[in-house]
Amino acid sequence: MATNTRAHPWMANSAPGAIQAMLDEIGASSVDEVFEQIPKDHFRSAPLDLPPILSSEVELKRDLVSKLKKNEDCETNLSFLGAGVWQHHVPAVVDEIVGRTEFATNVWGSYQSDHGRNQSWFEFSSQLGALLNLDVVQLPVYSWGCAIGHSIRMAQRITGRSRVLISQLSDPERLSVIQTYCQPTEMDSHIEVQQVAVDPLSGRMDISDLASKMGDDVAAVYFENPAYLGTIETEAVKIASMARFAGAETIVGVDPLSLGVMTAPGDYGADIVTGPVQPLGVHMQCGGGVGGFIASRDEEKYVLEYNGFLVSIVETMKKGEVGFGLACPHQNSYGSREHGKDWTGNSTYLWAIAGAVYMSLLGPEGFRELGNLIVSRARYAAKCLADVPGIQIVWPNSTFKEFVVNFDDTGKKVAEVNDLLRERGIFGGKDISKENNALGQSALYCVTEVHTAADIRRLVRTLKEVLS
Amino acid sequence: MQIGVVVNPFAGLGGAVGLKGTDGPDSVAKALRLGARAKSGERARVALAHLAERVPGAELTLARGEMGEDWCEGLDLSLTITGPTALTGTARDTKEAVRAMRDRDVIVFAGGDGTARDIASVAGGIGILGIPCGVKMHSGVFGVNPRAAGAMMADLVANPKRVDFVEDAEVMDIDEDALRNGVLAPRLYGLARVPISRSLMQAAKGGPRLNSAGALSSAAAEIVAEMDVETLYIIGPGTSAQSVAKAAGQTASTLGVDAMIGRKIVAHDVDDASLLRLAKGRKLRIVLGVTGQQGFLLGRGNQQIGAKLVRRAGREGLMILATEEKLTQLSQPRLLVDTGEPDLDLQLAGFVRVTTGKRRKMMMRIDSC
Amino acid sequence: MKSIPEFRSAKWNEPVVMEMGRSGSRGQLFPAPEDEVTEAVGIDLIPAAMQRKDRAALPEITEFEAQRHYLHLSQMTLGMMGVSLFGTCTMKYNSKTAEYATLRPELAEVHPYQHPDTLQGVLEIFDDFNGILQNLSGMDQFIFQAGGGADAAYTMAAVARAYWRDKGKLHQRTEMVTSVQAHPCNPATAAAAGFNVVNLPLEDNGYPSLEALKAAVSEKTALIMINNPDDMGIYNPEIKEWVKVAKDAGALCFYDHANFNGVMGKLSARELGFDACMFMLHKTFGAPKAGGGPAVGAYGCTKELAPYLPCPVVVKHGNSYILDEDRPKSSGKVREFWGNVPQVVRAYAWARAMGADGINLASDISVVANNYMDKKLGEIVGLEISNPKINAHRMEMTRWSLAPLTEETGVSTVDFANRLADFGIDPYWMSHEPWIVAEPFTPEAGELWSKEDIDMWIGVIAQIVQEARTNPEFVKTAPHNQAIAQVKGDAFEDPAKWAMTWRAYKRKVQGSTKVKGVA
Repeated sequence: MATNTRAHPWMANSAPGAIQAMLDEIGASSVDEVFEQIPKDHFRSAPLDLPPILSSEVELKRDLVSKLKKNEDCETNLSFLGAGVWQHHVPAVVDEIVGRTEFATNVWGSYQSDHGRNQSWFEFSSQLGALLNLDVVQLPVYSWGCAIGHSIRMAQRITGRSRVLISQLSDPERLSVIQTYCQPTEMDSHIEVQQVAVDPLSGRMDISDLASKMGDDVAAVYFENPAYLGTIETEAVKIASMARFAGAETIVGVDPLSLGVMTAPGDYGADIVTGPVQPLGVHMQCGGGVGGFIASRDEEKYVLEYNGFLVSIVETMKKGEVGFGLACPHQNSYGSREHGKDWTGNSTYLWAIAGAVYMSLLGPEGFRELGNLIVSRARYAAKCLADVPGIQIVWPNSTFKEFVVNFDDTGKKVAEVNDLLRERGIFGGKDISKENNALGQSALYCVTEVHTAADIRRLVRTLKEVLS
Repeated sequence: MQIGVVVNPFAGLGGAVGLKGTDGPDSVAKALRLGARAKSGERARVALAHLAERVPGAELTLARGEMGEDWCEGLDLSLTITGPTALTGTARDTKEAVRAMRDRDVIVFAGGDGTARDIASVAGGIGILGIPCGVKMHSGVFGVNPRAAGAMMADLVANPKRVDFVEDAEVMDIDEDALRNGVLAPRLYGLARVPISRSLMQAAKGGPRLNSAGALSSAAAEIVAEMDVETLYIIGPGTSAQSVAKAAGQTASTLGVDAMIGRKIVAHDVDDASLLRLAKGRKLRIVLGVTGQQGFLLGRGNQQIGAKLVRRAGREGLMILATEEKLTQLSQPRLLVDTGEPDLDLQLAGFVRVTTGKRRKMMMRIDSC
Repeated sequence: MKSIPEFRSAKWNEPVVMEMGRSGSRGQLFPAPEDEVTEAVGIDLIPAAMQRKDRAALPEITEFEAQRHYLHLSQMTLGMMGVSLFGTCTMKYNSKTAEYATLRPELAEVHPYQHPDTLQGVLEIFDDFNGILQNLSGMDQFIFQAGGGADAAYTMAAVARAYWRDKGKLHQRTEMVTSVQAHPCNPATAAAAGFNVVNLPLEDNGYPSLEALKAAVSEKTALIMINNPDDMGIYNPEIKEWVKVAKDAGALCFYDHANFNGVMGKLSARELGFDACMFMLHKTFGAPKAGGGPAVGAYGCTKELAPYLPCPVVVKHGNSYILDEDRPKSSGKVREFWGNVPQVVRAYAWARAMGADGINLASDISVVANNYMDKKLGEIVGLEISNPKINAHRMEMTRWSLAPLTEETGVSTVDFANRLADFGIDPYWMSHEPWIVAEPFTPEAGELWSKEDIDMWIGVIAQIVQEARTNPEFVKTAPHNQAIAQVKGDAFEDPAKWAMTWRAYKRKVQGSTKVKGVA
């Protein structure tokens, strides 16, 4: 038995005598005796060799804070990084609610005991449904990439087909996840991920290349709006109708913060819609704030193929009262299902609560103002940067919050430019020069509501300085 | 929903006096001579009392006298009485009572497997539900206990939305003569429509629940897709084995053994001799289900598949289908074979892969019994 | 003895947020673009084809109303406010010290694509924690990308695919072998990754036989995935032989350490022969569960498997840390970025605050306390322990059955769980599927709860057993003190009634009577 002279603040039964009292009740002579199921030669031979204990809160806090302070953050520095995690304003009320111990510590409970959490979940789906103009929204999965992966697998099960078309200019981070979900080519149930060319003038999907690759073996077309490199897909209706004609599903990825100003995907023919939840009131947390949603129309062929939690409003035994619980369509007789429905487990459900609070604070006007503010400042930034000698904006007038900045004519590599900016307290855009996109020395810049006109002028001024 | 209730006043008599069932008047008389006291009426009353408590004044149709009526005394229920006036002490009473209730939605009966067989034979597709009282209860038509049966009746009457129906619950019975000689021989006698509770359960921390029946039919589809067109597939009785025929778009004979070649049934309800003829010059495989509780694979209810065929197929030639639920609920975690040839049984002993779903197998131990 | 709580849940009759507010109310304002911005770029910047025409049907409420609404909802969420012996989840105290550290901008406002020079603090914590897990398991490298235990199982399947692909044998090694008692995520993730699943049944000793395993593994086996002890509280004493049999067949061996709490400091996955293992940081390592994530399944493996890990891997170079993305044999990512970073920081904090002695003590306490709980439960007539023939002390949790009580009173385990909430007790975990034990429940005493807490919990169980005998209908219609009455289940499976959003609900109830007034 381990020896600890002082009781541990997180273990009531570490107080002197507590273990012995329980052993006496059990009738066991020693702690070893309760481990009798484990054969002697299974116990580890090497004793634990861990860093010294930080036995007080004072020491623990000191250790954590002194380590974390070695980080530089995007509050002290001016950051233009996006691409999967974006710096947006998080209202203080959101932080208060997600910090509530009831929301942090609940594990499952019952539909009655954890009613408040279940209602919050339903309100997340309801409000996101209102932004997407879709009737079914699943609680978030691990990430946007995972949401796309599950959606593609849903489309495979629905159509019985195993080829999916996606843009050539896809985010490599998400693409890697998608390919994991689609399995290696050696496996029978592998899904082929085929890339569709991009129109070099607009950054949008090349419709004629799409047409040439469409066919009756295509399970789905996936496109993002706005796309990875920031461009708005104006041909969404056309793409969706081409897919429908071929019997394929249209899967779309959207930035929920664009939906105050951009058309709801439910209104342009999307069948399954995915997107990130981090922009909806979740801090970046070094990528630890990501989550991904999946939504669709309320048709059984979709509803029966979701992998995770669908929260439905229902009546209770008391007249006029409502509660919430999981819709479990799996018990219906849909025996012809070809494959299993993937898996779920712990996910990112706390961020559903963050999203619910965030969307209720913004309301319809908040989303409209926010969308306008973001697109205005992002275009302003693009326009100002275009004036810097040697810099070109690749698709200047068709983006939402992210845009590609090309440095080819500056004679400097993006990595060099970013090093120089970092010395001056600025995190330049994501270096995309090694992403096999024929865009040369380019960076993906992200501008949001947190960037003021003054911040943008500072970026421009600093770039002029370091490039000269 | 409208419920009819039939009590078999002799069900369960044998158990108390060491008989293994009371099918037929001889057994009943013997049991009574030995001093047996029927429990079925009392158990029916537990269920009916629970119904009256949950739904006071519930409307109910009952068979006359000790076949129903007598067990409701003092309970708050609104009764309609029907059925035979004079009892013969045989299955005829039960069947006649059911025929008089044919316009009900569900027949609730108090009895065991024998009663279930009698009821199912005349129910003509209406739902049935057993209040468990018999010595033998291998059929999938019983509530777990009389109270649970009463609770289901309450839901049927007052809250039918909480109830689903399954259409293919197996009505099983054991050959009582054989059983009295120490041989356990369950047989499938038919399928019945049975009410089940919609589960208001704690759903799944781990996500959607497995749909066993769905899993089995997609597994069957996989088997059909991989069928060799030259091989003879012998399809055993029962829903699990027959899901393969169903997946091929064929209609299997419910209780019998069918033969498939080239994804088509070429002979329905065949015997050993015809199977042997069909198997001449062909590879053969045997598609089998598993009986609930005992886990019989061969030699019970599928004796049409004789030892010669089994020997030719070998352990590798058996294709076994069962839901994970059924396998985990066996009284012993093993499958039993009794081909009548001890050396063959011994050859078959060992582990087999039972198909429980598409791309899902369960290793099961085969034992001779 | 601690008395049984006369708990009453808050009951705010809180409307759905979609019904709240009034036209024009605002909860959050944003500045207009600066004049210089508008002058430079104009207005209406979204291409006409993509401009939103309708107004999103969101609620319009004030900042205070949003705060109050969600505070009310939090108050109608029980969580761990009472005593929660929720088996398979290892309920622990979630340190506020650790939480507040992660809320600081030095972590909350950090982007994963920042230059590694600006991420040295969090990378150091990752590396230190990697060292701690290496020591606890004997594995050589951990990653934290997986968003939960199931995702770590999926990571294992992805690593196994990459491994067998590299060996040129992925077409041959197509099977994953596991126990029917393993967590359903093991077969589910392996199947989703493309493997065929072979389950082993429990046999007489309460675990699958070595013989069954021998019959199952072959040159087709890609990997085995196994947990030990299982959720019944039974430890498979043949696990070393298992690993040997699997490895002799060439298979990879994965130890699902979901039930690590009773064996931490006692066992080393590597010493038992495993190639890889998984720890749940939101469970064993004191990070909060948050109703289902963000969570972390920390996945660790040997040097031999490390090349196949998803990227990035944190590597120490001299005195600084970098993110290694250049691993040509990598399986590909299972999720974007490096994982739920704050949860890793909290787990690190837990391990440091416990220390080696504290971790050993915690596993001692969790097993002793669980046996104490078993003893007390065994004294209640109507309950039955799983595998009653097995007399040995169980590990850190035990599966129990309410079947005798159900047989006697008709009160099921679901009814019972509903009633627990009326005492401020989190409804217990019943069982993963399939339900091998009838009317199951699975408590886990853990090291957090005091003996008095456990006694009180037992007292509540005994009281409900009593109620089941005297007034079963009262238990069956529970809960009685909660924010809402029992929900009706029919809509969950009825396409005409289920409604996953307010839009769908309005559409489906239109024409019928309005269910609820507007706030």
